[in-house]
Amino acid sequence: MNRRKIWETLRPYVMILPAMLAILCFVIYPVFYLLKLSFYKYNLLNKAKSKFVGVDNYEQLFAKDEFYTALTNTVWYTIATVSLTMLIALLLALWINQKKGKKINALLQAGIFTPHIISIVSIALVWMLLMDPNHGILNFLLKLVGLPPSKWLQSSSTSMMSVILVSIWHGVGYYALIILAALKSVPPTIYEAAALDNASRFKTFYKITLPMISPQLFFILIIMTIGSFKVFDTVRIMTGGGPNNSTSTLVYHIYEYRSNNLGYASATGIVLMVIIAILTFVYFRMLSKKIHYQ
Amino acid sequence: MASIEFKKVTKSFGDSTVIEDLDLMIEDGKFTVLVGPSGCGKTTLLRMIAGLDPQTSGAVLIDGKDVSHTAPGQRGVALVFQNYAIYPTMSVRENIEFGLKNNKVSKEERKELVESISATVGLSDYLDRKPSTLSGGQRQRVALARAMVKKPAVFLMDEPLSNLDAKLRVHMRIELIELHKKLGSTFVYVTHDQVEAMSMADTIVLMNKGEIQQEASPDTIYREPNNLFTAQFVGVPPMNTAPLGKDGASFGFRPESAALTRSATDAWFQYKGVIMTREMLGSETIYHVKGDRYTFMIKCYEDLFAVDEPVYVGVPADKLFFFGADEKRIAKNAPGYQAYLDWLRRQVDE
Repeated sequence: MNRRKIWETLRPYVMILPAMLAILCFVIYPVFYLLKLSFYKYNLLNKAKSKFVGVDNYEQLFAKDEFYTALTNTVWYTIATVSLTMLIALLLALWINQKKGKKINALLQAGIFTPHIISIVSIALVWMLLMDPNHGILNFLLKLVGLPPSKWLQSSSTSMMSVILVSIWHGVGYYALIILAALKSVPPTIYEAAALDNASRFKTFYKITLPMISPQLFFILIIMTIGSFKVFDTVRIMTGGGPNNSTSTLVYHIYEYRSNNLGYASATGIVLMVIIAILTFVYFRMLSKKIHYQ
Repeated sequence: MASIEFKKVTKSFGDSTVIEDLDLMIEDGKFTVLVGPSGCGKTTLLRMIAGLDPQTSGAVLIDGKDVSHTAPGQRGVALVFQNYAIYPTMSVRENIEFGLKNNKVSKEERKELVESISATVGLSDYLDRKPSTLSGGQRQRVALARAMVKKPAVFLMDEPLSNLDAKLRVHMRIELIELHKKLGSTFVYVTHDQVEAMSMADTIVLMNKGEIQQEASPDTIYREPNNLFTAQFVGVPPMNTAPLGKDGASFGFRPESAALTRSATDAWFQYKGVIMTREMLGSETIYHVKGDRYTFMIKCYEDLFAVDEPVYVGVPADKLFFFGADEKRIAKNAPGYQAYLDWLRRQVDE
């Protein structure tokens, strides 16, 4: 009887043990190890020579101009990518969701989703060709319509914009698909009721469509913000942080110090984690009341 | 207050024509019920009045004005949807005043209207709640209040009671009749439930396959059905009908018009059968009587017989209906009527 009672109490913990072990090994331990590393001057060649330096790495970090450049770049990148991707994805989804031209819309839907299934490395390489200032097709097109050509990735004033452009192009189809699914789940009778209530198109969108798809929009906002803060691949391939650090982002900054100063890189990683955590918390605090879960 | 008129209205969805050249006049201030089996076009008709699915050709007139090119919100109509179509993200108050806001009604007036309407339908305590926290009956009231607050000339209702449980439905039926009396506006109500139609309507428009079968008061529809379809659609259970065996005609009688007896009587139409099932419904009992040629449903107010008991079904001459080969009812003073009556009498003798 007593043994049975013990088992009753233990059972839930035994059940979640495998999952907890995995999380412990692959999430919690690495995070704490990262935290530990950030307090060390780590020697990759001779582990024994590593020494505890306290908050030295953090002091160094907050004193470095490069870090602030990377942080500012990341923030701009995130603001531009998230807002533009969401806006374009929303417009595309609204367009595809129209009743007219079903065949074209199906084609469009497949078309805008395709970039998502292509590797970002291939995409970046192809866009580098397109953006070549001398032989690229983009400048050719600009000249064709009578606009001045751009230096794209090779000038510090346009490089960030070029990276943002590629990221939006890559992500917009996927997010449009999520928004489209949300739009399709709004019962048509609600729109009919709105029509009978004499609501204008703008009002119908603002007061009915937008609140109805707000959970999905909120999800996209958070997922994209986190993703954009961790941007790396496009930067690594297309610009390598340049020219003149104009596209250096936080993760790229970490990557640059991966071998010669592991402790410093770890400290940057921790700071990035904290920034993302704070942002997510702020989002939930600010917006959760405006989200209408059904 | 407004009358509604359909003039040569046709409605097609793609290749299939649902309604063809339909003419119908819905009188001002009346409670009109459009009833028929599913797919008969009654909801299509209602949506044409609302302007949600405009007609393919022909004209719809509200209060004498052609509204074919008027937007739904400008027609002065309100619609209560089957699933209520309440805005889930708005509170009850916002739901009710959404239409008023769009029509630029001033804030004070809005407040007054919302409060008086919500008191009428018993929602005063729920104004700041979200629809998801309300029961089915309460949501129904929100939908009603949202329609009422706009003071429409025409109230359209698309099976508004079908999602409620049986008890609440009967209660809401009475409330709707009272509401109609109080407001005096034109009500157009769509249902597939003939009991609902009979209990609420001033005028029933019975439809089948996009055509109007009969347009009359519940009384007339019941006592003088135009055709076989009407006779078989209205009544619980509906009229017993069977082929007459002459000219492709049929005869019929209401389940309550027949008398069940244990021995033969001198009723005009008499038929011997066995009781197959017995449904005791309280005040009445419905017997399912089966013989060699016919099967009838008989409604009795006394519960005197048991299953498997042989009985005689007797129907007096004045309770018999006859329908021609074209399924139209043959009037009592029509030339063929007496011949059919005599024929039926002889059939029984054999």
